[in-house]
Amino acid sequence: MMRIIDRRFDSRNKSAVNRQRFMRRFRQQIRKAVAEAIQGRSIRDLDAGEQVSIPTKDLSEPSFQHGRGGVWEQVFSGNDQFATGDRVARPLGGGGGGAGKGKASQDGEHEDDFVFQLSRDEFLELFFDDLELPRLVRTQLATITDFKTRRAGFTSSGTPANINIVRSMRGALSRRLALGAPSQARLRELQRELDELGDQEAEEGEDGRKARTIRLEMERLRARIEQIPFIDSFDLRYNNRVREPRPTTQAVMFCVMDVSGSMDEERKATAKRFFMLLHLFLTRSYEHIELVFIRHHTVAKETDEDEFFHSRESGGTVVSSALVLMRDIIRERYGNGQWNIYGAQASDGDNWDNDSPVCRKLLGDEILPWCQYFAYIEITSSEPQNLWREYQKLAGEHDNFAMQRILTPGDIYPVFRELFRKATA
Amino acid sequence: MNAPMPRTPPHRPLPTGSEWTLESIERYHLEIARVAKGYALDTYPVQIEIITAEQMMDAYASVGMPVNYHHWSFGKHFLSTEKGYRRGQMGLAYEIVINSSPCIAYLMEENTLTMQGLVIAHAAYGHNSFFKGNYLFRTWTDAEAIIDYLVFARNYISQCEERYGEEEVELLLDSCHALMNLGVDRYRRPAPLSIAKEKLRQQERAEYLQSQVNDLWRTLPAHETAAGSSVAQKRFPPEPEENLLYFIEKNAPLLEPWQREVVRIVRKIAQYFFPQRQTQVMNEGWATFWHYTLLHTLYDEGLLADSFMLEFLQSHTNVIAQPPYNSRWYNGINPYALGFSMWQDIRRICDAPTEEDRRWFPELAGTDWLESFDFAMRNFKDESFIAQYLSPKLMRDLRLFAVLDDDRKDKLAVSAIHDDEGYARLRTILSSQYDLGAREPNIQVWNVDLRGDRSLTLRHQQYRRRPLDATADEVLRHLARLWGFTVRLESADEDGKIGEVREVRVDKRQPS
Repeated sequence: MMRIIDRRFDSRNKSAVNRQRFMRRFRQQIRKAVAEAIQGRSIRDLDAGEQVSIPTKDLSEPSFQHGRGGVWEQVFSGNDQFATGDRVARPLGGGGGGAGKGKASQDGEHEDDFVFQLSRDEFLELFFDDLELPRLVRTQLATITDFKTRRAGFTSSGTPANINIVRSMRGALSRRLALGAPSQARLRELQRELDELGDQEAEEGEDGRKARTIRLEMERLRARIEQIPFIDSFDLRYNNRVREPRPTTQAVMFCVMDVSGSMDEERKATAKRFFMLLHLFLTRSYEHIELVFIRHHTVAKETDEDEFFHSRESGGTVVSSALVLMRDIIRERYGNGQWNIYGAQASDGDNWDNDSPVCRKLLGDEILPWCQYFAYIEITSSEPQNLWREYQKLAGEHDNFAMQRILTPGDIYPVFRELFRKATA
Repeated sequence: MNAPMPRTPPHRPLPTGSEWTLESIERYHLEIARVAKGYALDTYPVQIEIITAEQMMDAYASVGMPVNYHHWSFGKHFLSTEKGYRRGQMGLAYEIVINSSPCIAYLMEENTLTMQGLVIAHAAYGHNSFFKGNYLFRTWTDAEAIIDYLVFARNYISQCEERYGEEEVELLLDSCHALMNLGVDRYRRPAPLSIAKEKLRQQERAEYLQSQVNDLWRTLPAHETAAGSSVAQKRFPPEPEENLLYFIEKNAPLLEPWQREVVRIVRKIAQYFFPQRQTQVMNEGWATFWHYTLLHTLYDEGLLADSFMLEFLQSHTNVIAQPPYNSRWYNGINPYALGFSMWQDIRRICDAPTEEDRRWFPELAGTDWLESFDFAMRNFKDESFIAQYLSPKLMRDLRLFAVLDDDRKDKLAVSAIHDDEGYARLRTILSSQYDLGAREPNIQVWNVDLRGDRSLTLRHQQYRRRPLDATADEVLRHLARLWGFTVRLESADEDGKIGEVREVRVDKRQPS
């Protein structure tokens, strides 16, 4: 007896549950590995799957086994030189094979890390864990700024440019057929009668008169059929197009950073981490993201990513210069309502005293209303200065503005979580 | 060859090429089944299932079983298999066969037609007949019931997860898995698995067990004074118990009934795999011998194309390759190579014995090979099979030699080689290498401090001074979690002197 069963289309992914359990069980280790992986990637390059490695000992399944030591007497194959009683130095075969399988297998297993591939989704899921993009839902539901027209059948009214000729002519033809049908039928009937009377054209008498009447009648009918208009406004059909609202899938992210002398490399690196996180976060929600880098000391300048992070300048600090530039860029390039605008500003908190109220006013009146979200981080260990205090006033007034202080690079992740915490939390 | 072939072999050659179809697989199967019948292979009914590589990895991850309960460790195995496969480092084992009735053999979609033919012969007839015939499998496993039992186990465990939480069940399973190898009665014959009985008795057993345990731990003051100190000296259990999981299931004081049931499930599954661990050389050798023999028979009948044979032989040769000890590919004795050579050798001794064979195997030489094969397959495990059948010729062919590694000597000693003085000794050493008792540490339940802190003492009887490896501490913690009180592990050397003692102190009781 035999059976052949094709199971290829049966339940796939039987191990999915086990895989999830594995992920859950080692969430701590995996998360740690993910956090490490983030360092050393470019801002744009974070959005891929990740190879994760976990020390094997963390996920070993222990059992009682013999360890190294004691007496082992084992059989090997391929004797090429030994005679009974020979003494040989350890290890046998010059390390080619293992002398004692206990040793070989254990050493081999414990040194390597357990490496496996996280899918992109799993990676990001772990990365963001329980975070949620602020105001995102609201954006998608409320600020529908982009429309796309698509065809939606035909209507009987519209502009001449949209006339659909085929449809219109088809309608006209059927209307003509329908309206002419009774006359045509009568016409055929009369023709038959006329044929019965014979072809006596000029015949006198009863039949001749009858034939004349019939011909008259037919003439009249033909005229009526002729009168049916070839095309009528009733026949016209127009292509119908409807405008469908579509949530915008593009975003622009402004990275604003203070590069005055007081921002050293370490602080810049910290800021970079923060920008990276924000960028990655946005890629989860938007198809297309543009980055705008604005660096400033006393004057602001738009740069590319490399220059943004790596060139160094010194001098005083006028934060408002960067905000003015940001405002101008928004107006110029992103003001058509089709962009979700995000801003992230990093600074060490120094600012020219009189400038801070200007910053607050600029941000509050001219930038925040355009932005989905604006985050300010201050990378400093000293006391907050006037910029911080001015911004604090804003934080109370606008719920799309957030600010945090970072003391060390290690604080970024918690701060990031704090900034983008779920709205419900 | 004295195999009685059924007459009128069909003359239509089997399909060739690498693409397979269901029809071609069926034709191969029919022919292989016919030839296998000619060799009197007794098998369970065959069920061939065609699966994808991904499904193969699934099956691989859950220790080859078609159903199993959920556990993270299976996920881990899946991930590592998947990684290896995706990178192309590792081909998937192209066959998995399940000791069940009907015997399920998986064919992977990606295999060529030749490989499908090879797998059918290897798994569906080789392994299958071994599962059905070998005494260990007959004693320890019930092929009819295993799938049902696994379904029962999975459902039961997922019920437990619903009721007590996944984490709770997972921790319990972790602990059980750590002791899985010690969940087997090595010498006592077990009751066969029966799904109906399991279900029927489960409730009853839970209640009964709980009452038993309570009875064991009852410490009425009157009882204690009456018993006096002499009773307190008595050991419990009176005889050392080798089956740790069984002991836990029956005696752990603080386990809930459902926890006992889970321990039992792990124990039963460990028992199911016990024969496989003891018959690797025999079983793989047997299956390899039969795919080789069955396909050659078909070839001799003119049913197989040369191209088929070339591909098949290439694969076959890879499987039975035995690199020498000093090769970088050397990874111990290859069970396929040893097993295949031994079965081939037995056939040779039956068909064309030499003078030496007659001296070493007087009962075997010149007998009907099919009968001798059947006898050997039914009545041995690796250890005894090697002790009985490893011939001097084969030892010479494989150039076997034994090395003694004593950590007290600064050099290794070659203790025997393939010569007249060495044959017997070599055979004994190789045989003992497959003795589970020597391969795995001998650890038994020694005593429970009934009157005192309820601590559990295990004794590790050292074998040739081999110590336990470092993971023992972790296993002990798992055991302590199950036991609920302090657990101790003493290592005794060969004179019975206690050396190292490991201890995990626990007291799970709520302060009352």
